[in-house]
Amino acid sequence: MSSLFNSIDLQYVIGSLVKIAVFWIFLMLVVAYMVYAERRVLAVIQNRLGPNRVGWQGLLQPFADLIKFIFKEDIIPLAVNKWLYIAAPVVVLIPAMMVLIVYPFGPEVPLPFGAEIGSALNSLGSSLGFDWSINLTTINLYITNFNVGLLYVFALTGLGIYGIVIGGWSSNSKYSLLGGLRSSAQMISYELALSLSVVAVLIQAGTLDLVKIVEGQSGWFGLKWNILMLFPAGLIAFGIYLVSAIAETNRVPFDLPEAETELVAGFHTEYSSLKFALFFMAEYVNMTTVSVLATTLFLGGWQGPFVDRYPWLGLLYFLLKVFFFLFLYIWVRGTLPRFRYDQLMNFGWKVLLPTALFNIILASVLGVLFL
Amino acid sequence: MEFAHILFLALASLAVVAAFNVILQRNPIYNAIGLITVLCCLAALFLTLNAQFISAMQIIVYAGAIMVLFVFVIMLLNIRSEESVTDRQKYLKWLAAPLFLALLGEVIAVVRHVERFQPPAPLPSANTMNNPEAVLGTVESIAHGMFTDYVLPFEATSVLILMAIVGSMLLARREKKEDIERIEQALAAQEAEQPIVEDSEEEVAA
Repeated sequence: MSSLFNSIDLQYVIGSLVKIAVFWIFLMLVVAYMVYAERRVLAVIQNRLGPNRVGWQGLLQPFADLIKFIFKEDIIPLAVNKWLYIAAPVVVLIPAMMVLIVYPFGPEVPLPFGAEIGSALNSLGSSLGFDWSINLTTINLYITNFNVGLLYVFALTGLGIYGIVIGGWSSNSKYSLLGGLRSSAQMISYELALSLSVVAVLIQAGTLDLVKIVEGQSGWFGLKWNILMLFPAGLIAFGIYLVSAIAETNRVPFDLPEAETELVAGFHTEYSSLKFALFFMAEYVNMTTVSVLATTLFLGGWQGPFVDRYPWLGLLYFLLKVFFFLFLYIWVRGTLPRFRYDQLMNFGWKVLLPTALFNIILASVLGVLFL
Repeated sequence: MEFAHILFLALASLAVVAAFNVILQRNPIYNAIGLITVLCCLAALFLTLNAQFISAMQIIVYAGAIMVLFVFVIMLLNIRSEESVTDRQKYLKWLAAPLFLALLGEVIAVVRHVERFQPPAPLPSANTMNNPEAVLGTVESIAHGMFTDYVLPFEATSVLILMAIVGSMLLARREKKEDIERIEQALAAQEAEQPIVEDSEEEVAA
């Protein structure tokens, strides 16, 4: 048993777990307030007030909603396939959250009181008989980075679709089934364009590691972003990415899997209480992931003016860029009508995919000429 | 007992259980879910063997794309359990036993070839990786191999896949002669019926 513990780098594991906990709580807060922001901004767009009663300006509304979701009766319809019905929300949410570990929130930053905390932990360790050498003067504002980071994100976002499909199938309802079918068809169609659009960035960056992609965009006073590189290939790639990302996350104007006017609520028609909330959360976590990827790949991640002098600014820049994309989601939702199904498929296969393929050729030629 | 051993045993046993699920369950959706589980376990096993790129590709290509299409078709046709026709290929099942024996022989040969089990080396941290091309399993080393030493097999495979795509398109688009006749007959019948429908509509309008 002792050899089992020796084979694990305990300091690394515990450090990572602490970071995951902190970033996870932050992500959940972003998701909760994203829902609130969506309701308020949509209200402004539609000339209403929106939720403003719970707390100051309704700021405690997400928590009220959460409590309501928990205490609602959890109905499992009789005709459903019980195990799959219960598993589906989990299958959607867990891959969505697993992507968190490669979010590059910021650069290496000095931790306030880091040296004091580190030495306190070290003395605590030595009093317990452990030989720790914890150094907390600087920490990385990302949980981990690895060689295939971007592929990891694509793999996990691809797995989340099974939850939607299984949820739609196991509900044993025609609306749910149609929602699930639409979702899988839509994801397959737009995932291609999404993955191909990223190639232009990869030609520029030369790596799949998200942290290294961000580091490669330093320079030009922090504005050497990939969207401006290999002009105009970066710009075209950004456009394709943005459109197919909205389609991937099943949002307006591509929200056919849950089109209220045709399918009641699509794949989650039969879900209630916390299970419905899990689907809801997964959608917002996926939106955050897509926004983080857009920021990282195209808008320079944490890069910006004065980041090399004040590293904490990096976190601010990163969050501002991500929140811009999240706001864009709400804005688009408040503005555009829904696509028709044949329009969606035609647009994906006949417009986005050929453009993405053409853009790869363009980016490769420009890359060979100018890199 | 190292952590890597426990991880291997857990993943391998889960993969075997899920693989049995694939062939023993009657409901096609359960089969598909079993296969997805097997593929995910294999991806995790690849990861413990330092093959990060293969692991990611395993999930993206097999679990993320091919199996989604499988599930899509199963749901679209709404195949109920035990409804599938198995009698069509009567003689194919006699091939299963010899092929299984051949596969078993291969596995035994490989296992005998490997002298003793060596636990996989710990993953090199990506932060300290200065020359990713030299490290086994990274994207860089696979790309380097693919476009230098193995460029001919790589290109041959892509031609093969292109042929398969074109072939499947041809099979999907080709309409049989009797089908065309049937469609033409149906169209003619529809045209013959058309005036009657219009008349009735006019009557209703009147």
